[in-house]
Formats: sequence, structure tokens, C-alpha cells
Amino acid sequence: MRLVLRNLGFYLIAFWASVTLNFLLPRFMPGDPVSRMFAQAQGTMQPDQIAQLQKLFGLDDRPLWRQYVDYLHSVATGDLGISISRFPTPVSEVIGSQIGWTLLLGLTALLVAALVGNLLGVLAAWRRGGILDSALPPLLIFVGSFPYFWLAMGALYLFGVTLGWFPLRHAYDVGLEPAFDAAFLGNVATHLVLPALTIVLVSIGGWMLGMRNTMIATAAEDYVTMAEAKGLSPARIMFRYAARNALLPSVTNFGMALGFMVGGALLTEVVFAYPGIGYQLLASVQALDYPLMQGIFLTITAAVLLANFVVDLIHVRLDPRVRVR
Amino acid sequence: MPVPDLPVADTSVVGTPVADTSVLDAPDTATAVPHDTPPRPQGTARPARQGLGRRLLADRKARAGLLLLAVFALLGTLAPVLAPGDPSLITDLGATPPSAGHWLGTTAKGQDVLALTLWGTRSSMLVGFTVGIAATLVALLVGLASAYLGKLVDDLLTLVTNVFLLLPGLPLLVILAAFLPPGTTTVVLVLTVTGWAGSARVLRAQATSIRGKDFVAAAVVTGERPLRIMFREILPNMASVVMTTLLGCVIFGIGAQAGLEFLGLGDASVVSWGTNLYWAGNDGALMTGAWWAFVPSGLCIALVAFALALVNYAVDEITNPRLRARRKGKK
Repeated sequence: MRLVLRNLGFYLIAFWASVTLNFLLPRFMPGDPVSRMFAQAQGTMQPDQIAQLQKLFGLDDRPLWRQYVDYLHSVATGDLGISISRFPTPVSEVIGSQIGWTLLLGLTALLVAALVGNLLGVLAAWRRGGILDSALPPLLIFVGSFPYFWLAMGALYLFGVTLGWFPLRHAYDVGLEPAFDAAFLGNVATHLVLPALTIVLVSIGGWMLGMRNTMIATAAEDYVTMAEAKGLSPARIMFRYAARNALLPSVTNFGMALGFMVGGALLTEVVFAYPGIGYQLLASVQALDYPLMQGIFLTITAAVLLANFVVDLIHVRLDPRVRVR
Repeated sequence: MPVPDLPVADTSVVGTPVADTSVLDAPDTATAVPHDTPPRPQGTARPARQGLGRRLLADRKARAGLLLLAVFALLGTLAPVLAPGDPSLITDLGATPPSAGHWLGTTAKGQDVLALTLWGTRSSMLVGFTVGIAATLVALLVGLASAYLGKLVDDLLTLVTNVFLLLPGLPLLVILAAFLPPGTTTVVLVLTVTGWAGSARVLRAQATSIRGKDFVAAAVVTGERPLRIMFREILPNMASVVMTTLLGCVIFGIGAQAGLEFLGLGDASVVSWGTNLYWAGNDGALMTGAWWAFVPSGLCIALVAFALALVNYAVDEITNPRLRARRKGKK
């Protein structure tokens, strides 16, 4: 219990750090982004909106600590300001309408990569020196060396443009009404294949190698030898004895991978013009929409931190050794 | 825990790697820390590094990787000779496929893709290695200070490291790049800030284990200065780990730079592999089927990263025959 609280404290500190970073960036960075933003938004904004933005970015002459307290207060109450490029929609609303697609893409890719990668790792370690073990790792390292977005470009070109097997952009066909029926969900699925596949391809090697190496260490443990001596079937030993324990580092990695997955999803979303907060983040950068940009960054950070906290909780449940310490 | 006394032959029935158990059972003699011996005040660094270098050259993977890196370094250096003139100059019709005149075709604007790729090597490798070295230095300072000073400093630095490790890298990159004025300096700065944390954790762990050795205690007792102990006593014994983190940081630098520039957040006027890809995407090379506009730069990035990964793999195998996963997961 104390461990859980300590972890929670750490994640709160991390979140506070990113909020503070968000607060400080527009105030201390050179190049005055705020005036650029105002120049851009002049035509579309009402005077009271400008006043609100000025307050948000500390252009008023209140002391800094006062602004900071106000900023913390508005973040805590979920008020992330008003988007400029999508004026007058609140930032939180823009993010809310996009985050579902990112979660769909990111989680699908992460789950597939982790499941398949770990399975391959178990098999490679079990048949050490076999075809799977000697041919696949170098291949996957090579594929993993490609930048996410470049692989996405290649897949888009090959399977989308040249072969025409998969749609080129967006999460579903234009003109289709979102609904929970077979036709719409099927359409969403075909749009999901290529983006998810490219993320899986790049990240699967890491999972496989990690699992393989842990498995090799685990397979040498005494209890595995014991299980063999008892005459248990190889499959049972592999999955119930060795893999089960070798999986623990993978659980920890899962939390870390979430952070990377966000980055991978961001670039993939840009290539495939897939809706989602990654795509939106780039759009807001191009439109100099600082409130939206910062709101998205905070949301992503909060999501990654929360997911890591949950993974920690699972880890504590799975591994009694963590609790003892 | 009772150790079952079993004949080794039994394990082969199920197909476990018998050959490896001998290595696995051996204590840490062959692993990272080569010097358990009392401090050698002069030139402690040299034997360790030399040994690593020679063993690297004997390794097939490492040789392939180093050769590939050398080829790219050569191409980058010779770019002004091989493709004289300004690479972004428009020389021909737009979007022509590879031919005798333009070996890799032209971009939608009519620039020679081969020249762009060659010149891109310079900026991409330079930024990649600068970022790698800078991030490793930061990580090294944090790791050594954390391990040597311990207590409050350690707690604080570990906290900062973990926070940076957890903050999602690419979104942070995008935000920082959006606020700073565009330029190569910004790219290097931003990538260093977001890229050091993982290495710092690895280096701290290694430094902590060396901190506990007798020869460090001896150095402390003889009253050597902390900085000297950190850099002359502890650091030389971490050569292989530093090497691994350096390679990892360079891979990160090259990849992240390309990503940042692809998003249009770098300096679009500099010719690099990342900006080449940015322009290819911007000019609609994908939709018009101009594969030659985006394949070379991406392939180069992947080849360099692959070469570095090969060397890294070899360092791992040389210094750690057990090939345990602990370090692998942190990448």
C-alpha cells in the first residue's frame, strides 16, 4: 500500500512538472510566440477573447506567482482555454472529439505488437538457434531501424496507391455516418489496418528480443530444471513455468511502451491523415494555436502517466517481490 | 531454496540450451567490470577501451556495422566532390524517374535526388552524432553524480530522470520545437533535452555497482577529489556501457531528427534526410507515385541506424555473454 502511494506521489510530481513546463514555455521562450499568435488570430477573435488569452499567457501585469496559481487552478478544473484555430471551441472539446481515434490506433497496435512479439520471443528462446531465433531478430532489428513515418509512407505507397488494397487516408470513408453497425465498423477496420500494421512492424522486434533474452535467463532457473525432471510436457513448462515469470519485465515495458506508442501514433497519424490528437497536435503547431497545442501535450502526458500508474498497480499484484521491498 | 541435484543430460531431452548453462552458471567474471583490482592511477582507461576495440574488430557483426558507417561518413565528406554545387538547385524537369542523367531521378521541383541524399548525409550524421554525444555526456554527468554522491542528490536526480523518462518524448519535442526559433541548434538542443534520461538510468545503475567496489573506497580514503574519482576511477570501468548508450543515443538522434524535420519542425532550408522526406511528403510524392523521392533518404536513415545497432549488438555480446535482458528493455 505504501508503495502504491509512493508511486502515486511520483506520478503527481511528474504531472506537476509537465504543467509547470507548459506554464513556463510561453513566458520564457525567446521569439515571442504570443505576438505571432495574436497577429494570426486578429481577424477571428472577439475583444473579450483576446483579453482572456492575454490572461492565459500572462500578458497582463499580475505577478508571476499569481498567474501560476491561476494557471494551476484552471488546469485542475479542466479549463484548458479556447482553441484559436477552431475558435470558439474550447480546447478540451477539440481533444475530446479526437482522442478516441488515437486510443483505437495506439492500443490496437500496442496490443498486437506486444502479444505477437512476446509469443515470438518465447518460441525463439525455446528453440534457441533454430530458424526463428537466427533469422527473425536481425530482420526485425533492420525493420525497426526504419523511421516510423517512413515505413508508413512505404506501406501507404505500396498497399494504398499502387495495389489499392487499403484506403489512403482518414479513419472512415467520407460521407459515412458514424454508427455502431457492421458496415461502419468494417469500414473503420479497413482504415485501421495499414496505420496499425506499420507501428506493429517497427515495435515488434523490441518485444521479441526482450522476451527472448529474459526467457533464456529464466530457462536456466532451478524451478524449470525441476519441472523438466518431473517430466512435465515441454509446452506446459514453456508457458506455465518459464514464460509466466519471464513476462514480468514485459509488463513493466508495457508501461514504457505507451509513451513511445504515442510518438509512433503521432507520426503515423500525420502520414495517413488519420484523425487523432497527434494529427491535431501538428495542425495546431502549424496554425500557431498555442492553447490547443499545450492542451494536447497535457492530455497526452496525463494519459501516459495514468497508464503507467495502472501498469504499476498490475505489476505489484503480479510480482510479490515488489511488495516486500 | 533447495537446489535439485540433477544430471545435466536430462535437460537436453526437452531441448533447453545445454551448451549455454556453463556460461550462465559462471559468475560475473566475464561481464562488464574488468577491473576489480586496486586503482591504477595512470591510464586506467586505456586497457579496457583497447580490449573492447580489438574484440569489436574481430566480431563479424561489428565489422559490417563499422564498415557501413565508414561508407556513409565518406559519402558525407565527399558530397561536395561527388555532387558539386547547391543540391537544392533546380536542374531538370520535375518528377522524372531514375535515369542516366539523374541516377535517382528528380523531385517534384526538379532537384537531383542523388545530390540531395548525398548532401543530406552531412547534416543528418552530424546532428545525429552531436545529439548522441551531448545526450550521453548529460546522462554520464547525471549518472555519475547520482551514483557517487548518493543520498539526497541521488534521490533528486533519479526523480528528475524518471520524470523525463516518462514524459512522452515526441509530443515534448514538438512542443519545444514549436516554441523555439527554428534552426539546427534548436534541433540539437531539443533532442538532447528529451533524449538523455534513458541512458542516465542505465549509467547510474552501472556506476552504482562500481561505486561499491573496494578500489573506489580506497580512493575515497586516500582523499582524492570527488570529480577525479568519478572520472578517473569509476568512468574507465564503464567503457562498454558508455559505448552502448552512446550508440543508442546516436540512433535516437538520427531517427528523432528525421521525425522532427519530417513534421516540418526543423529548419526546412537545411538539406538533410529528414527535410528530404518532408519535401517529398509535401510535394505529394506518394500520391503521384514518385517513390524515388522518398525511398533513398529513408533507406539511408535505416542503414545508418542498422549499422549502429549491429555494433551495439556486438558490444553487448562481447561484454555480456549472458545476454541478459535487463539492458535491452531500456532502449
